Amino acid sequence: MSYAMDMQNYTTQSETATSEPKITARDVNVFYGASQALKSIQLDIGANEVTSLIGPSGCGKSTFLRCLNRMNDVIENCTVEGRISLDGVDLYNSGLDPVLLRARVGMVFQKPNPFPKSIFDNIAYGPRLHGTVSNKDELDERVEKSLRRAGLWEEVKDRLDKPGTGLSGGQQQRLCIARAIAINPEVILMDEPCSALDPIATAKIEELIDELRERFTIVIVTHSMQQAARVSQRTAFFHLGELVEVGETDRLFTSPQDDRTQGYITGRFG
Amino acid sequence: MEQLALFFALLFLTVLGFILGKGRAVALSGHSDQPLHSRLPYYGLYTALWCGLPSLLIMAGWMIFEPQIAEMLVASQLRDSDASITPDQLTLYINDVVNLASGGILSREPDAALLSAADNYSLFRQISYFAMAVVAIAFSLLALFTSLKKINPALRARNQVEKVVSIIMMISSLIAILTTVGIVFSLIFETLRFFDKVPFFDFLFGTHWSPQTALRSDQVGGSGSFGAIPLFAGTMLITFICMVVAIPVGLLSAIYMSEYAGKKFRAFAKPVLEVLAGIPTVVYGFFAALTVAPFFRESGTLLGLSVSSESALAAGMVMGIMIIPFISSLSDDVMNSVPQSLRDASYAMGATKSETITKVIIPAALPGIVGAVLLAMSRAIGETMIVVMAAGLAANLTANPLEAVTTVTVQIVTLLVGDQEFDSAKTLAAFALGLLLFVVTLVMNVVALKVVRKYREKYD
Repeated sequence: MSYAMDMQNYTTQSETATSEPKITARDVNVFYGASQALKSIQLDIGANEVTSLIGPSGCGKSTFLRCLNRMNDVIENCTVEGRISLDGVDLYNSGLDPVLLRARVGMVFQKPNPFPKSIFDNIAYGPRLHGTVSNKDELDERVEKSLRRAGLWEEVKDRLDKPGTGLSGGQQQRLCIARAIAINPEVILMDEPCSALDPIATAKIEELIDELRERFTIVIVTHSMQQAARVSQRTAFFHLGELVEVGETDRLFTSPQDDRTQGYITGRFG
Repeated sequence: MEQLALFFALLFLTVLGFILGKGRAVALSGHSDQPLHSRLPYYGLYTALWCGLPSLLIMAGWMIFEPQIAEMLVASQLRDSDASITPDQLTLYINDVVNLASGGILSREPDAALLSAADNYSLFRQISYFAMAVVAIAFSLLALFTSLKKINPALRARNQVEKVVSIIMMISSLIAILTTVGIVFSLIFETLRFFDKVPFFDFLFGTHWSPQTALRSDQVGGSGSFGAIPLFAGTMLITFICMVVAIPVGLLSAIYMSEYAGKKFRAFAKPVLEVLAGIPTVVYGFFAALTVAPFFRESGTLLGLSVSSESALAAGMVMGIMIIPFISSLSDDVMNSVPQSLRDASYAMGATKSETITKVIIPAALPGIVGAVLLAMSRAIGETMIVVMAAGLAANLTANPLEAVTTVTVQIVTLLVGDQEFDSAKTLAAFALGLLLFVVTLVMNVVALKVVRKYREKYD
């Protein structure tokens, strides 16, 4: 099998599939010290759709996700090569401040991580930080809107001054999503957002992701292939630091073109 | 000496118990087809504990109570012969008897009655010692045989040994608590005696401290006024100066070490900072008295200020430096234990490092930091040596840090140094001061512990 031909194949395919790419990644290599975590990744993320990244543990999907808002900067001896651009602007080499980038590319983590502050202060953290609201009324409005969009408003509106850490796991994760959308990002990255939640809370988050797609571009890392199939329009399969295959979710799950993809989605390995 | 011999005899029996117990278990495991409940050494320990512990307890109890019983016997004999004796004379007489029996110094020439009483006393002690030895060894032997007999495959030797060990551990932890209680009581009784001589409110709210009392009625001076306010004001002033130095420096160094410093610098700086906490306070005292205080005096002179050569400022500054490691090291640990996930959350919201520190990490770590500050503060309040050497002894009621002040602990030391009679208000005042100081620091420690406990519940 010719690897180069394969690459050609899905690169063209991804370009046809996403008419308006929000994020483009070209020749992305990531190293942790001497070991290479990602090998020459080419991937487009389409605007206002959900792209899911799947693959066995340690395949580099979370690493790729963290490249998109430069969260890897925090990790010592992590180096990123190649070109990743958001709306055509290079994230790494154009002098773009990672702090401003992260205001445009929000992130939700694997384990719910609300601040040990009140529910209100959790949501208000971003708007206060970036000064995007000018008075208390606007802030109240922003908090309510974010909580409503995250489907949490009805559950917490009477206890906004209670600590966010006192909510249930699923509520905490929706609080984190509300916190992320409170700064009006363009892209939301989700790193296995449901892996610490029970099926009911998971269903709620998935429903929420579907609604959020209208306003935001979403990239989600997941271990659950059912989840990828349910929530995403496009799916990318990573294996051992390589992007093996990317395409329409329906197509990828029904007729995978690569043997490794076939093997993973049918449960033969991973 | 004789007690030591008995102790070694019991020790020997204990070791013997271990060997025999284990040997019996080994024999059982060879013959019996039922598997033993516990592993072999536990049977040895089981027997050894039975041989050693109860006998040692008997011995300890005997040694605590026996001298008192002996003295009571002497006392009752004496009361029989002379009913008019006063309690003071009785104590003196018993002392003489005990001293004569053990070859000590007497308060008078021994007479026949005293000699016979001493003979009776030493006879009683000897009989009692033999009785103790017999009882202890007999009990030990008895325990050896019964516990050897009890050893069978179903005996839960491990559970019983572990129970005994856990009881020993519990007693060890009780010792600290009982000591605290003992300290409080020893202070309370002397303090009550002090308040017999000096009114409670004069002590608590008096603004003049001059503890010299006249020993004889014709002595001049030494009015003896015991107002504790200047002392506590001095303590608070020095503590305040100390915290003004230590809190900012300690916190900033903690923030630097936990958030900014590289691993190498941290690995080097943290132990070095902690060395600061290990320097004896007397050495800090030298530094304060010989370097810092003259420096302040001279810079004060240049500025036209009169700074006394012993000043609250010098003592407070040096004390502040001394407690920097308390604040920085504890706060550093607390900030380090703020989960990485919270930092990630903040960075992912587009916060800079300094915004993350001030808005997320410090608020999350605040209870722990407050705990560290309170612990450091109670340390500062209790500090004596630096103040003695650098702040002086004059009990001035002043808020001027350039003057000499004194603190509670310093006064306690000066009140109790040298020969003392324990019925004068001067000496007893030390206990009242000590108790008050104890209460103040106790309250602060309780608050600190509460805050720290609250911090523990903060995450998850």
